[in-house]
Amino acid sequence: MAEPQSAPSAESSDAHVRPVPIRFFDAFGGKALRLNNSLGAFAIFFFRAFILIFRPKQIAEIVQQIYFIGARSAQIVMLVAFFTGMVLGLQLYFVLVKFGSVGVLGTAISLTLIREMGPVLTAIMVTARAGSAMTAEIGIQRISEQIDALQTMRIDPLGFLVSPRIAAAVVSFPILTAFFDLVGIIGAWVSGCLLLGVNSGTYFARVISSPDFSDIMGGFYKSIVFGLLIVTTCCFQGFFTHMRTDSYGAKSVSLSTTSAVVISCVMVLISDYVVTSFII
Amino acid sequence: MEAQREPIIEFRKVVKSFGPRTILDGVDLSIYEGEVTTLIGLSGTGKSVTLKHIIGMLKPDAGQILYQGKAIDQMDKNEWNTYIGKISYMFQNNALFDSMTVFENVAMPLKYTTKLSKKQIAEKVMARIEQTELTEVADKYPSEISGGMQKRTALARALVTDPQIVLFDEPTTGQDPIRKNAILGMVAQYQKRLGFTALLISHEIPDVFFISNRILGLYDKKIVFQGSPEALAHFDHPFHDQIVSSIEGLQEELTGLYSKRHFKVRYQTDLAKRNPDDTYAAAVFKLKDMDDVSAALGHDAAQQIIRTLGTYIKKHFGAVGGFSSRQTINEFGTILPYSNVVEAEGILSDFIHDFREKGMRELVDVSVADEASEDTYEIVIEAGLAQGKPQIEIESVMEFARFNQKPIATFLCGVSGGSTR
Repeated sequence: MAEPQSAPSAESSDAHVRPVPIRFFDAFGGKALRLNNSLGAFAIFFFRAFILIFRPKQIAEIVQQIYFIGARSAQIVMLVAFFTGMVLGLQLYFVLVKFGSVGVLGTAISLTLIREMGPVLTAIMVTARAGSAMTAEIGIQRISEQIDALQTMRIDPLGFLVSPRIAAAVVSFPILTAFFDLVGIIGAWVSGCLLLGVNSGTYFARVISSPDFSDIMGGFYKSIVFGLLIVTTCCFQGFFTHMRTDSYGAKSVSLSTTSAVVISCVMVLISDYVVTSFII
Repeated sequence: MEAQREPIIEFRKVVKSFGPRTILDGVDLSIYEGEVTTLIGLSGTGKSVTLKHIIGMLKPDAGQILYQGKAIDQMDKNEWNTYIGKISYMFQNNALFDSMTVFENVAMPLKYTTKLSKKQIAEKVMARIEQTELTEVADKYPSEISGGMQKRTALARALVTDPQIVLFDEPTTGQDPIRKNAILGMVAQYQKRLGFTALLISHEIPDVFFISNRILGLYDKKIVFQGSPEALAHFDHPFHDQIVSSIEGLQEELTGLYSKRHFKVRYQTDLAKRNPDDTYAAAVFKLKDMDDVSAALGHDAAQQIIRTLGTYIKKHFGAVGGFSSRQTINEFGTILPYSNVVEAEGILSDFIHDFREKGMRELVDVSVADEASEDTYEIVIEAGLAQGKPQIEIESVMEFARFNQKPIATFLCGVSGGSTR
């Protein structure tokens, strides 16, 4: 005897009945709403954490985070800065020599590093080193109920975990950027002057005279914006790792860390354009 | 009687769902001040969810939760802070901060939520660390200490703020029988000493009955039982058959003796067939002042003594057809269905001799191993015998035996060793 065929569910039959444009807008609208919710949550997360920087007993935590985000990242940032400077010196020398303008190597190097490459590459390096660690640490604290434990002890998890990191980013990022600029200029001097024979006096005279105060401050403004975006993104991803629907437990921490790094890097590049367009 | 008392925490028709799945469906429960209340139910039925509602980590979809008659969702910020400041929560997996030492973990709630000075915090924290026998590991990280020590660290952290209510989410999970009973003993002892209201989630039946004033039974998304552990034994409901009976083993894990329920069943089946004029003997054994023993030697040592006593009772009285059960946290009851009191005295005499010669010697290791016990301390075991008849209620016979109790073995112990009397 033939088995009776099961009737299709109302939902699936509805999906077949709905015309394609409706289904498209349904999917598009759903994604837009989710993005809107996420951005709203991100903004509330940032503002609440930012306000909690100014509550008592934060200094020690902030100093500890400055050490982790700033001091512990200094070595890798300077290493990258040195070789970035060397490559820039090399590339720009061979471009400028075609026009007989190697004398402006110092100008090109200093403006490139101070305005753009210093803040952006510093931000990306700190994302890779400290940002990923932040996401993983907070994510593990979330899945092992340490964040819930904070709530039960009347300790605001945002104030305890996120605020000191945001404050530390505001302090650390401009300092790291300044180090990057300085070491990058030295790297370019090594490749341009010591190896390729550009006059050192001309190089440093151009480095000193070319950037004006607004160039230097513009670089610092960028680094502060990048720092706030990176720390908030990384902490946000870790803090809500338990809300992920694609994975659970350790896997969710791993995916949150990946997302944090990718989103941070993309946001750095997007915000770089936005901030540059405002300060130029 | 319960109707006249005002509960400190009350749930009224609380409903909670996660997506399409309803976890709590009209839960009504009452928790009374100064009592140990235990919530039992199968895994995944919403016990932790119930606890998390009390501390505000979850909010009900419908219904109300009241603290001393006031709905917690209608409290203003100050009232809420005062309320939440009176509650501590001990997590199932401890939720210790793994980048902080034991001391720092215990100090955390004081450091960030009080205005105490560093010195005051250190004093309070060290006091709790000493009470929970963690002095030697105060500077170690959670990953460097045993699971039992981690549990005690979580307990110390939960108690360091002197809370009014402490919520324990399966505090004995993953522990060996001695440690399980030590933790339950610790909860009972601190509850008596500090007077807080305790709400436990536990599967340790019947052990948890020894320390509980009230039991709450969560079954099919509702609280189906609220009452004393004794009343639960007579509760005629699928909850009893499916949950209590399935969790409660034939033998108690710590001592290997019958559970109280099976002890009663054995009593009824063995003695119901007997002639009403037949007599039998009953004995009661007790570790005197167990709280003091725990305080002096540690909770583990106290549980080790209970285990040793249970082993020797089984060895001597089981051999002549007797059956025994732990009646309370520090008391054993034994029925000798085929012996009269005179014969029982002879068996008891052999038991005393063997226990003094060998059993007490095993306790030397316990007392020496615990370096916290710098002074000598007296462990006293008492025993009493009574004669019973099949038609007499077992409780009455046991009461007679208790009345006849006298010290049978005294053991002086300290860091240098021990001696028996």
